[in-house]
Amino acid sequence: MATRQGASLDRKKLMADPIMVSTIVVLIAFLTLFILYPLAILLVDSFVSDSGLTLDVFKRIFKIPTFKTAITNTLKVGFLVGIISTAVGLLFAYVEVYVRSNKFMGGLFKVVSMLPVVSPPFVLSLSMIMLFGKAGIITRHLLGIYDNSVYGFWGIAIVQSMTFFPVCYMMFRGLLKNIDPSLEEAARDMGASRSKVFTSVTLPLLLPGIGNAFLVTFIESIADFANPMIIGGSYDTLATTIYLQITGAYDKPGAAAMAVVLLCITLLMFAVQKYYLEAKSTATLTGKASRQRMLIEDKSVRLPLTILCGAIALFVIIMYICVPIGALFPTWGYTFFPLTTKWFQLIFTRYKGFKAFKDSFMLSVIAAPITALLSMIISYLVVKRKFKGKGFIEAVSMLAMAVPGTVLGVGYIRGFSGGVFHTGFLQGLYGTGAILVIVFIVRSLPTGTRSGIAALRQIDKSIEESAYDMGANSMKVFTTVTLPLIKDSFLSGLVTAFVRSITAISAIILLVTPQFLLITVQINEFAEKGSYGLACAFATLLIAVTYTAVALMNLFIKHFGTSRKIKEEY
Amino acid sequence: MKKEKKGIRLDHISKIYKDPKTGKDFYAVKDTSLEIEPGSFVTLLGPSGCGKTTTLRMIAGFESPDEGEIFLGNEAINELTPNKRDTAMVFQSYALLPHYNIFDNVAYGLKLRKVPKEEIKERVTRILELVELSGMEARMTNQLSGGQQQRVALARALVIEPSVLLFDEPLSNLDAKLRVSMRTEIRRIQQEVGITAVYVTHDQSEAMAISDKIIIMNKGVVAQMGTPHEIYYHPNSEFVADFIGEANFLKGKMISHDDKVAQIEVDGLPITVAYEKNMKEGNDYTVVLRPEAASLSEKGGVPCTVELSRFMGSYQNYHVRVGNTLVKLEEHNPKNKRIFEVGEKCTLVFEPTSVHVL
Repeated sequence: MATRQGASLDRKKLMADPIMVSTIVVLIAFLTLFILYPLAILLVDSFVSDSGLTLDVFKRIFKIPTFKTAITNTLKVGFLVGIISTAVGLLFAYVEVYVRSNKFMGGLFKVVSMLPVVSPPFVLSLSMIMLFGKAGIITRHLLGIYDNSVYGFWGIAIVQSMTFFPVCYMMFRGLLKNIDPSLEEAARDMGASRSKVFTSVTLPLLLPGIGNAFLVTFIESIADFANPMIIGGSYDTLATTIYLQITGAYDKPGAAAMAVVLLCITLLMFAVQKYYLEAKSTATLTGKASRQRMLIEDKSVRLPLTILCGAIALFVIIMYICVPIGALFPTWGYTFFPLTTKWFQLIFTRYKGFKAFKDSFMLSVIAAPITALLSMIISYLVVKRKFKGKGFIEAVSMLAMAVPGTVLGVGYIRGFSGGVFHTGFLQGLYGTGAILVIVFIVRSLPTGTRSGIAALRQIDKSIEESAYDMGANSMKVFTTVTLPLIKDSFLSGLVTAFVRSITAISAIILLVTPQFLLITVQINEFAEKGSYGLACAFATLLIAVTYTAVALMNLFIKHFGTSRKIKEEY
Repeated sequence: MKKEKKGIRLDHISKIYKDPKTGKDFYAVKDTSLEIEPGSFVTLLGPSGCGKTTTLRMIAGFESPDEGEIFLGNEAINELTPNKRDTAMVFQSYALLPHYNIFDNVAYGLKLRKVPKEEIKERVTRILELVELSGMEARMTNQLSGGQQQRVALARALVIEPSVLLFDEPLSNLDAKLRVSMRTEIRRIQQEVGITAVYVTHDQSEAMAISDKIIIMNKGVVAQMGTPHEIYYHPNSEFVADFIGEANFLKGKMISHDDKVAQIEVDGLPITVAYEKNMKEGNDYTVVLRPEAASLSEKGGVPCTVELSRFMGSYQNYHVRVGNTLVKLEEHNPKNKRIFEVGEKCTLVFEPTSVHVL
């Protein structure tokens, strides 16, 4: 074949577009410096010592008995949480899609589906302790059990399951809605009973999706820092062990090596989930439902399923409500009345609640628009343009999804406290608000990018081409066509980034310096000390901020979002 | 239009893609050279996957040719991005900007060119008049019918007064009746404006109705280029003959000839065709017979047997066996003609000049 000029022509055309080129360069630099580099430095730190390549650090940490326990603990919890969340999520999705329900249940389901968006860390752990702890309202005061311990394996597993099952529920809901009802009707028609249809048609179709949901929850569970921190007690997981290794033992190389171990586990899971299961689960369910499904009316099926789901949903909602109420008890676990606002007064007078609110709010408000814009730009480049380095951008921004916050935090400590590669370059960044903002951005980028990519795939490529053809350059195409068309996705990305940032804890807790007071760090601190009243008051503040943000967004989208008419067309 | 008309020249253009399944490279367009005259309406016609859309997209600048050079007028444009090329495209899916109204859609290109506001208003109004959409300026795109949306797309392309208009199967999303009226419309507007137009379609009747010239493409190469008349009556290959209209192919050897006619023996039956100078006795030839070019008779002509006879309204449809070859015929205006029934033996009659020999 003759020499190909096509590629070089494409390159020349790209170069004729300086804004586009510089955007790509800046993006690649950002992703390399703030995602790849911190992970790379962890590897370097744990394998390289003064005497060259070595496994010494690993040998040392594997001799620490608590570390080995932490690994088994983490995997055990992850496994159980994965199974429970997947099962409960599937149950909810099945009931919603297949079973006739009433308005009340519909409302419950809606609330449950919103929870993962606005679930601040610690909240469930705090209410778990409040209801079922040694001085728990239910355990001690209602049942008279004086020695119940919620701390440890079961505490973590239950709290995490309640946190993560809504994610599974949302995933299964999408999958179930895509199953063509005629498949199941055909099975019924040939004589299969309802349970036979479920086991022989629905379930096999869902199988890759089930694996997918299990692994996603598994990753979330082993990456989770906040819940094991509060409710783990002496039951340490990898995330908390790494944290203690740094803050307690001041062993940074050891922590780096531990972080590498944790990262390897999540990356492996992520690779299986992303490249094997995700492709499979969408491949089996590409069909669109041809028409409405006949909902199950049969009382013997409907009643037990509805009651079970309703009970779980109510319980979870109660758990969330407990925290604001708990903030009003005069003495946690002992005196409940008269309700008092003294904890709120205290956090604002003695414990700098206003500063904590301001710092958390400001940093998140700065991070959110940058994250939203960055993720839209990345999605635009990934979906609509072709250029060298596109694969890199897509892969790295998705990779960030598999990196536990604790690992990222250790990576940033190792990578930036002495400057890049310990050369002092960019050292000024460490300990500033800027690095906190960058962590917020990196932590929220994958979610935003994923929803941006999904939104852009819905838009016919020729719409942007037509604008380009009319004489618009890339920048103009992006601002006058792409962005207006995915405005809703941009807005929700904005709020999601804000909420994720203001509720972030795992990476931040390792990087925050005393000059910044963050709400989440405050909650952790007071919960650690056993000052649950204060912790609850701070958590209530956090809940209020996040719910307000989400409510505002919904209001805004309703009134100013992309017009319905446009949506109908696509 | 004040602007000078420009033609397009493709000079040994190729585009290579990778087959996603096998991972092997293949030519989507191979070594294609074309000349499109200024002000003419040229259609790229071919089955799907023949490279016609790729060619169009290379002219627009969305794809870069792997070999060769594209000229707009005398200027080589290979390195220009789509926004810098003096072409405007009308897309299959219309590709109107859904968040703008009709006026803003049409004005989009002018705004990018920083045309003064007054002039934009005047030009948009004038062009909307031309496509007969006056008074619709404030509507949103989804409030228009498919045909109207296509007119907006056309107006948007015309208003920037490009040197060349490109059409990528613009009518394939419309229903059959609208397609027919829109193609007349597109042709009228192109003639009125006098612009060079390149039109991609897989619908041969559309191509026949609209074009000054048709370029038939197959498997990445140009099979034939010519006026609709040339292509229909003088196809240069079986592919072209079969693709444009219906054709029967009768294969045989030339056995004799005089100055005017030649005899070609098909399955032992002599068939009389017009003689052309380069034909030689003993060579193999294929006779292309259009279904409407012959009729059935009781005597004279080539003997045949009727295998299918059905009434289609405007014509009687026959399948007849000539030797071993099945020939499809359309006898138009059948009301007052003798209808042959299945199994009848009869003869196939046609003028030597109404068949074409390959």
